[in-house]
Amino acid sequence: MGQKIERDLQRFRKIVRGKVKSDLRKYISRGEMIGKKGNDLVSIPLPSIEIPQFRYGSKNSGGVGVGEGQPGQPLSNPEGEGEPKAGDQPGGHILEVELTLEELAEILGEELALPRIEPRGKANVVSEKDKYTSIRRVGPESLRHFKRTYKNALKRQISSGTYVPDDPRVVPVREDKQYRSWKVTPQPESVACIIYMMDVSGSMTDEQKEIVRIESFWIDTWIKRHYKGIERAYIVHDAVAREVDEHTFYHTRESGGTKISSAYELANKIIDSRYPPNDWNVYAFHFSDGDNWGDDVPKCLEILSKQLLPKVNLFGYGQVESPYGSGEFFDHIAELAAAEEKIVVSKVPDRDAILGSIKEFLSTGR
Amino acid sequence: MNTFYHTNLPPHLRILKDEIEGYAREYGLDFYETIFEVVDADDLNEIAAYGGFPTRYPHWSFGMSYEELKKGYDYGLSKIYEMVINNDPCYAYLMRCNHTVDQKLVMAHVYGHCDFFKNNAYFSHTNRKMMDEIANHGARIRGYAERFGEDEVEAFLDRCMSVDDLIDIHSVAIRRRGEHSRYDFNEQSGEEDPHANRFKSKDYMEDYINPPERMRQDEETARHKRDSKPDRGFPEEPEKDVLLFMIEHAPLKPWQRDILSIIRDEAYYFYPQAQTKILNEGWASFWHSTIMTQKALEPAELIDYADHHSGTMATSGKRLNPYKVGIELLRDVEERWNRGQFGPEYDDCDDLDTRRAWNKKLGIGREKIFEVRRVHNDITFIDTFLTPEFCVRHKLFSFNYQNQQGQFVIESREFQMVKQRLLFSLTNFGKPFIYVLNGNHRNRGELLLKHGHNGIDLKLNHARDTLVHLQKMWSRPVHLETMIDDKPTLLSFDGTDHTAQTIGESDENRRNTPAKTR
Ligand SMILES: [Zn+2]
Repeated sequence: MGQKIERDLQRFRKIVRGKVKSDLRKYISRGEMIGKKGNDLVSIPLPSIEIPQFRYGSKNSGGVGVGEGQPGQPLSNPEGEGEPKAGDQPGGHILEVELTLEELAEILGEELALPRIEPRGKANVVSEKDKYTSIRRVGPESLRHFKRTYKNALKRQISSGTYVPDDPRVVPVREDKQYRSWKVTPQPESVACIIYMMDVSGSMTDEQKEIVRIESFWIDTWIKRHYKGIERAYIVHDAVAREVDEHTFYHTRESGGTKISSAYELANKIIDSRYPPNDWNVYAFHFSDGDNWGDDVPKCLEILSKQLLPKVNLFGYGQVESPYGSGEFFDHIAELAAAEEKIVVSKVPDRDAILGSIKEFLSTGR
Repeated sequence: MNTFYHTNLPPHLRILKDEIEGYAREYGLDFYETIFEVVDADDLNEIAAYGGFPTRYPHWSFGMSYEELKKGYDYGLSKIYEMVINNDPCYAYLMRCNHTVDQKLVMAHVYGHCDFFKNNAYFSHTNRKMMDEIANHGARIRGYAERFGEDEVEAFLDRCMSVDDLIDIHSVAIRRRGEHSRYDFNEQSGEEDPHANRFKSKDYMEDYINPPERMRQDEETARHKRDSKPDRGFPEEPEKDVLLFMIEHAPLKPWQRDILSIIRDEAYYFYPQAQTKILNEGWASFWHSTIMTQKALEPAELIDYADHHSGTMATSGKRLNPYKVGIELLRDVEERWNRGQFGPEYDDCDDLDTRRAWNKKLGIGREKIFEVRRVHNDITFIDTFLTPEFCVRHKLFSFNYQNQQGQFVIESREFQMVKQRLLFSLTNFGKPFIYVLNGNHRNRGELLLKHGHNGIDLKLNHARDTLVHLQKMWSRPVHLETMIDDKPTLLSFDGTDHTAQTIGESDENRRNTPAKTR
């Protein structure tokens, strides 16, 4: 790819990222980016990036097409169908743009001002020197590499003939600028595992599961960004807990009662058997409507503080609102959270609250 | 990006070029020297993103086009077959990975375009040194970006590109600064026919070529100008070249004025291509098909050729393919003029069998289509040569938008209907007419534009966003008279707020007594 188009392309991508960022709340609450995930790419509908011009609307409009069909028969693909396209120049509608999950994570991080996660574990030793050898073409001004930027600008001005020896001013433009990068995926050896737990007892509605799904997607995207490898485990529970795959996790409904401790116990077992904390950065998130059998609460808190907390980087409890549940588990775990910095609790009453909730979970930098 | 032009044609392509060029000349095609560049698919996407000019000024929208083209190519949805630049010499691009038969076909097609560029009347005023000119534009704009800041220049380019279609396509050629003195208040107007300049057209064409609204305005202002000298408006006549008006009257910095002139220059350079899309592609396809099938094709290449040719001619869904319509209509004209199927005697004949069998063996078809390529654009081509028989044979239909159902529906297969829809979609490139009515609206230096409404409302969100760009250029509030749901409406943007007011009185009164609009 030529350098010239590369620059225009980068500029376009930057505008795209800016748009996504400014509409992030909307995108998140509608869950628009999920479900379109293919490999590491996310497609986002972005209709407003066109340069506006005076145009006809659809009302009363028409055109000419070719083919079979009786008058009155609808055209299969209405948008612009059959219209002779005027103009030779390419361009026009972009309805979908693609972002990598990495880009998406960066947008999320910037918008929510999230601290970068500092993984723990023995594989974390990376020398200071390594950290800043990487040079990028974009970055914050504070990390601008002055010498390189200046050299680039000089080179460019000499070759384009705008360098005047008598007036040796060198003015860097965007393409010259280079930045020290913090981007070096920190601690390339670190791996993480995320354990998702969800109450699937009768009181959880589909909408609440959708909220969980959206929130998990973003949490996942952010955490994944910081690790070389990531694994996931999914636990559903009512009065008993079982490990399931991702699809089952979001599509199960049980009718039994609720015993949260069953999920915590299973999580603990999974960690012990598969993800020893010496080798893994372990994350656990539990979503529920806060309904639990009364006498189960002490047991939950016991397992949590004695067993799980020592082994995890972060334990997140997200409570969705339920028309049926009492929601009182929140108060119990919030009390514990006040004393334990590894626990973060958050309420997610509706889709609009997802963004704030993500911020609560991920602001710890753990 | 000069590197693109230093590639030498590899020997086997040079031989092909000489061969195809020879055939083209034998057939009477007449073109500037044509230089073929061999590039990779990715380069071609890049060049296409810049509208054919790799040295074009920098702007993110080219990056966007590139990404679209690249995606289309990567996913196998679309592939650019040919790219020819109207320039002397002509430049054309060949994709490196193409098979020999494809290269031949593209070359033959290219010579068709080159002939068209050189000989079609609508191209006669285009700059034939546009390659250099555009490189020069690019250098100037890059220079401004260095001096005044990239973000600032980019933001200004966004504004310019938002209005780059507001030029006067009825003017013969771009009006240069200094060439005209429309706003020279000392100008002595000579004998002027109050009948506005009118493109010759038949009655039912009138609406499309000369929108009645505009004709009326033109005549009225011409009369007004003659009768009441002291009371001149500003501009005196509705100005269709909104870009020129902005260049001359908007409070722009010199570099901004220069950028806007660059955008306008390029718009005038590109518009004949949009104006002749059907005819130009039809002509090029006619010649690639003629040269290939009659001269250049080796028997073994037949399948590949048929494949490629039908690929270009394919219609996606029910969309009208300009290549297909163009080539078929040209073939039809050639045949009709060979057989003498034209003129009063033929037109008056009502007997279908007689008409079908009509053959006076005139043999002037080839001559006729050479004339067609010289004097016509898409509108006049369709208007003059589209026949009911052609519409039936090629299954053309008109469609319209059903406001209630929110979808497009087949409307009719009736000839006049199809023809009208087709002409409408070509009129002003299917874009609304916008002109400047007043640059000193309400005596407060506000800008008043008018949308020459012809039955279809504007897309409102786009119109508002475009007004924002115009307002930033004009600095003072801007207004647009239009119709929304049959009500005359004034859309305004004052730099902060948008308003839409229904205009109480008729346009007629309004324009004669501007003071009342307060
Ligand atoms: Zn072509």
